[in-house]
Order: sequence, then C-alpha cells, then structure tokens
Amino acid sequence: MDVKLFRLFKRHATFAHGGVHPSEHKKETAGLPIRRLPFAPQLVVPLSQHKGAPAKPIVKVGEEVVRGEPIAEADGHVSVPMHAPATGRVVAVDLWPTAEGPKAPAIVIEPYDAASQEILYEDPVDIMNETPGEIVHLVKEAGLVGLGGAAFPSHVKMLPPAGKSIHTVIVNGCECEPYLTCDHRVMLEKTDALLRGVRIAMRATGAKRAMIGIEDNKMDAVQAIRQKLPENDAIEVKAVKARYPQGAEKMLIESLLKKQIPEGGFPVDLGVAVYNVGTLAQMGELLPSGRGLIERVVTVSGAGVDRPGNYLVPIGTPVGFLLHSAGVDAEANKVILGGPMMGMTVASLEVPITKGVSGVVVYAADESDRGERKVYPCIKCSRCVETCPMRLNPSMMALLAQKREYERMESEFHLNQCFECGCCAYVCPSNIPLTQYFRIAKAINRERPAVAS
Amino acid sequence: MAKPIEICTAPHLKRLQSVEQIMRNVVYALLPVAAFSVWQFGISALALILTTTVVAMLTERLFSQLAGRGNTLGDWSVVISGLLLALTLPPGFPLWMAAVAAFVAVALGKALFGGLGFNVMNPALVGRAFVQAAFPVAITTWTPAFAPGRFGEFIPSTLAVPFMKPESVTPWVNGLNIDGFTGATPLAMQKFQHIAASTNDLLFGNVIGSTGEASAILILAGGLYLAFRRMLDWRIPVGVFVGAALVATPLWLMNSELYPSPLFVALSGGLMLGAWFMASDMIASPVTPWGAFVYGALIGVLSVVIRLFGGLPEGVMYAILLANAASPLIASWTQPRVYGETKRQEGGA
Repeated sequence: MDVKLFRLFKRHATFAHGGVHPSEHKKETAGLPIRRLPFAPQLVVPLSQHKGAPAKPIVKVGEEVVRGEPIAEADGHVSVPMHAPATGRVVAVDLWPTAEGPKAPAIVIEPYDAASQEILYEDPVDIMNETPGEIVHLVKEAGLVGLGGAAFPSHVKMLPPAGKSIHTVIVNGCECEPYLTCDHRVMLEKTDALLRGVRIAMRATGAKRAMIGIEDNKMDAVQAIRQKLPENDAIEVKAVKARYPQGAEKMLIESLLKKQIPEGGFPVDLGVAVYNVGTLAQMGELLPSGRGLIERVVTVSGAGVDRPGNYLVPIGTPVGFLLHSAGVDAEANKVILGGPMMGMTVASLEVPITKGVSGVVVYAADESDRGERKVYPCIKCSRCVETCPMRLNPSMMALLAQKREYERMESEFHLNQCFECGCCAYVCPSNIPLTQYFRIAKAINRERPAVAS
Repeated sequence: MAKPIEICTAPHLKRLQSVEQIMRNVVYALLPVAAFSVWQFGISALALILTTTVVAMLTERLFSQLAGRGNTLGDWSVVISGLLLALTLPPGFPLWMAAVAAFVAVALGKALFGGLGFNVMNPALVGRAFVQAAFPVAITTWTPAFAPGRFGEFIPSTLAVPFMKPESVTPWVNGLNIDGFTGATPLAMQKFQHIAASTNDLLFGNVIGSTGEASAILILAGGLYLAFRRMLDWRIPVGVFVGAALVATPLWLMNSELYPSPLFVALSGGLMLGAWFMASDMIASPVTPWGAFVYGALIGVLSVVIRLFGGLPEGVMYAILLANAASPLIASWTQPRVYGETKRQEGGA
C-alpha cells in the first residue's frame, strides 16, 4: 500500500499511450536467489533457437563432447553457433518437438553420470582491449541471442547498416510480463557481469552512452546497479513505470527517449541498440573467459508449482525435467513458456528449454483469470483502442479479420505494427481472441506474395 | 502429469470484467432513476417499466431462438433497452403501446441486425421513434408528478384497451385539482411561452416530463458511477454538453428573453438521460477517442437545433439516432495516429 501511494506522487517515465497492469504474481519468486539445476538424463539442443538461419551441426552421433565446446556452427551472418551444455555423448542428431509446434532438428546429448557443472572449455581474452570488430565476432562465437524472449542474434544488432550509427545502448530491465523474475534476480545477483556486458556492448557498437530502463516495481535493482556506478558515468539507470508492455523495445525507447521508431523501421534508425539485461549479463560473463552460452536463468512459477523459483538451467533441459525438479503437482493443466501475456503453451513436456525461454508458468486447473469465458460479439466498448500501446484499432481489425479482409487490415489499419503484446485481448470484455486474429492475418499476408509470384 | 495439458494462444491472462458485468452495472446505474420515477408517478410508472422490460426480454428470447443463437438474456443488454425505453415514455403511456414500442425496439432495433453488438442505432430509441410516429397524441400527453393517490390508482390512459383510442386524461387531471397544471413540459413552456423552469426543480425532478428524465441529479450520479468504473466513455456525455452549449450559449447571450440558458438546456428534457445513458450506448458509438467526442458534440448540437428551431419541443431522440447512423463515418475519420506513423495516409479514411 505504501508503495502504491508513493507511486501516486512520483511518476516515472512511461510510454505515451495504453498498456495494462495485470496482477504481477512476482512476489512468489522475486525474493528467491538463482539456484542451479542438475543435468537432465538427456539434453536436447535444437539447431534453431534463434531468429535467422539454423546452426549447422559439427558433431556426429556417438561423439564425446565437453561442456562448453561448440557443437554446431553459425550458418551465415544472422545465425549463431551452439555449445554443448554438458560433458557427455551425442546420442542423436534428429527431429525433436519444439514449443512452436513442428518438430525441428536438434542435437541430443546424454551427460555422463558424474559430469561436473564446472566449465573447463574456455579461452580467456582481454575483452575491453579488443577492437569493436573483434568483439562483434566474439559475441557471435559465444552464441549470444536476445534472452528476453526474441532470441535475435546479439551481434547483428551491433553492426548498423551503412549510413547509420549507434549512439545509445538501451538496456532492457523492465521484465513487464507477470510471474517472471529472472531478469530481476540477474540484476541483483550479477550486477558486475551486467555492467561489464553493457560496457562491452557500448564498445562494440561505438555508443557513447547507455541507459538501463527498469520498471519501478524493482527499485531494489535500480539501487543495486546505481551503487556500482561511478559519478557521471556513461551508464545511466532510469526507473520507468511498471506497466505492461514496458519491456517491448518500441515502448521502452518511447519511455526513455520520447521518440518513436518509424513504422517498419528498427531501433538503429534512431541510433539505438536495445539489449535485455539477461543478455548483457551473459555477455559480461562469457566474453572475458571466451565461453559459449550454455545455460540461462529461468523463472518457474504459477499456482501449479510447489517450489517456484529462479533456476539456472542448462540449455536443452526438457521442460518436464525442470517442472519435476520444481515440484509441479498433478493438477497443473497448462504449461506456458515465457510469460502469460506473450508466451506459448506447450503440447509436450519433451520440449527443451532454449536460449529465448525466460520462464515456465504452470497454471493449476482452477485459476480464475485464465480467460475461459464465453465469447460475445464486439460491443465496441473501445477498451482495446484505449489499451493498444501502438495506438491501433483492434476492434476494427477484428471485424475485418472476421470478414477475411486481411489485406485491408494491413493497408489501412497498420496490422504489421502489432507486435502481439496481448493487451487488447486481455481487456476485451467480449473475450474475443484478438491477438490470435492478428497473428493469423499476418501469417496469411506473409504467404500472399509467395502465392502471387 | 497424467492429465492432458491444455494448448491455447497468448495472452493467457484475462481481466475479469466481462460483457455481462458491464451491462449489469448499467442496469444498476439506471435503477435509482427508475425508482425515483415510480415515486414520482406511482404505479403507472412501475407498470410501464415492467411492461417494456418484460416485453423486450420476451422479444429478445424469441428472436435469439429463431436465429439459432440460443438464450441471449444472460448478457443483460436487453434489460437496459427495456428499462431505457420506459424511462423515455410519458408516465401515463398506454401499456399496450409500450409493449409495441418494446417489441419494435428489440425486433427492428436489435434482432434484425444480428443481436448484441450489431445494432446500428440505440434499440430503445428505435422503439420510441416508432411509437412517436404511430401514437403522436399519447406520446405527448403529460400527467402531473406527485399526484395524490398515485400509488393506489393508475393514470386512466395507462390501462387503455389495445387498438382503441385511449380516453382523455384531462378530466382526471382536472379532478386532481393541481394548481397551474397546463400539461406542458418545461421544454414546451420554454419554447412556446418562454417561461423557464427553475434550476432546482429540474435538478430534483420536480417537473413533468417523460418517466425517467426528470431528476438530473440521479441520472448524473448513475452516469458518473459508470464513467468512474470505465463502463461508459466520459467523452460522449462531455461532448454532448459541449456541443449543446456551443449552440445555446451564443443564442442566449444575444437574446435571453427568447432563448433558454445553457444550464436550462442541459438540465431539461431528455438531454441528461440521453447523454449519459443513450448516446453512450457503446455499440452505436465510435470506438476512437476523438470520434466519441465528435459524436457526442454532434448530438448536443443537433438536440439544441431541433429544440430551438424545429417543430418539436424535444430533439434528443432524433439527434442520437442521427448520430448513431453517422458513427461509423465519424470513427473512420478519427482513426488515432499509429505509433511510428510518419504521415497520415492519403485517402486512408
């Protein structure tokens, strides 16, 4: 209560329009330190855990791998290599279930029984004395991708296209999704690695300053980072209002810089590169020792979980193993990878934890705010228009979607500006699956030119 | 994990406010207004309210069944239409005519378009417009408020035999011996005789008029309740009053003998009820923020223009129906500027 009153008087910066504030459900795990998870009997490393071309395997079935050793190489510029999460033997390079649905190629490793979590495979470098070009190369070799969920290769964002340059690195510590606390814990526990990562990213991009944006429900993280910064440092920590989807890069840029990315453009158009705190903490930890990305912090939470917490999980750990370790009871009936606003439900617990998975939320059978309600026709209440952070007109687009006028949605109503944050569907009193309509419409529009040619 | 796990798309959270909750709250907000009208006009008002509400519900049930939509009474929206309709009719309106109005309201105003969410105009007002045309005498026959014995006897016209001309209420009104009762509403008095009712009488419902439009204060309270719970777009009523003041104020400043004051305009007749409860019908109003304001202002302007320059003393009903029809156009002209949009698309409207 006192915190809420305090917020009334002190307003932190936020994006200009819309957004929602669902129950945070963060206190269940926010105070729990990161704990290391043991190896699962089998670790499954998909070759495509990132946006861009899948990695190419460089190991064969039966081969022995050492924890941290590269097992797949990047295939082109927008791609990253994979590293062995555990010392053991490759037992398969085969199709495996993924969270997205279709099976995809993966390298399956059986860790040795006595395999240690100590990482021996490393190649230390004096990272701050490397050239920017060399840092970008090392970032790619480390297999770093956006750990906030987008899983976009980190090195690609460090190289602005010709004629553009980067003056500011924006560090995203918003963690606006309900339940998730992994970034919060990383900011508290790995502050030094995070700041090292920020400085590496600044050096690689040539940025003169960095701004760390953190939602004001994590003031302890704001304090923890500020304490480690010298006076007048190029890195600045800014509290922003706790309001979903503050952590979307377009929103955070608007909150911090009061500028909007032009439609169809990228942050680099404003001279900005945006990185998640988890990504930069890994960067600060991995690069000086020349290691690859083989584990990440995952929040396991939700009413279906007995021992919620923030777990340091080897990449490739099956969701089922992680849930078993966290004591998921039999009543659980919905398993979400990521947060509840944008995450995906999984059909199989064999699906592995990949680089982009920030949380696993497990719902019990009887939770009230899950959205299983009757769907009514649109009553044009305009709540969706009021909450859309992109200022779109979801009500109108839904009417067009029902009539299958997908092209008009794009040409007249800026469908492609929708990043599927889910605010409209969250507030819709008619329970219309708005986000789903827009996802389908975008997919159909993407296929259309291919059909035409 | 023996149980099957559930697959569905994000978001996996829902705010708990649903359509039926919004509609139910609108009904709650209307109840004080309805209760006051019963106190004011007695059992005739009660019978009128019950008649329109029950007939509206039966009509909804019938047509939803015929359309294969099952039972749609659960969304509460038809209760609002039924209640609102009664509140816009004269208290002594014959019940059979009220039943016709309620049937038309739901059948032509709502079910014909596809039920909840698809009506182009406010159903209650469609019903009222129908009976305004069909029964022009009955709908302009006003009876005094706070008549003695109003809880014991019906206004004679209330129980008129269907399809017969209702008997005149004049002998009954004369029998009440109320001093100075002329059967003219404050609007008609102002329009034709240039006598304005006092602000206090208007605020507290000490005037004659339609069943539910009398007490500006209770309507305002209900409307504010809904606005604070964000179940009503405040821009619409604000737009209505701004629009009405824009027309009324200059005229009043020019000639306060002939034209009413803006305060009188806002408090008299159906403007209060119309602005808070009928113009604000979500379904027939624009979804865009600016659109809601423009739409409200249009209603305000039209209402006052009809009142002051038209043949009728009251123009809120037609103003709202016209603005309902213009609502999709207003919405398409007022699309918000999308994030990152560099310039408005040509012909994008």
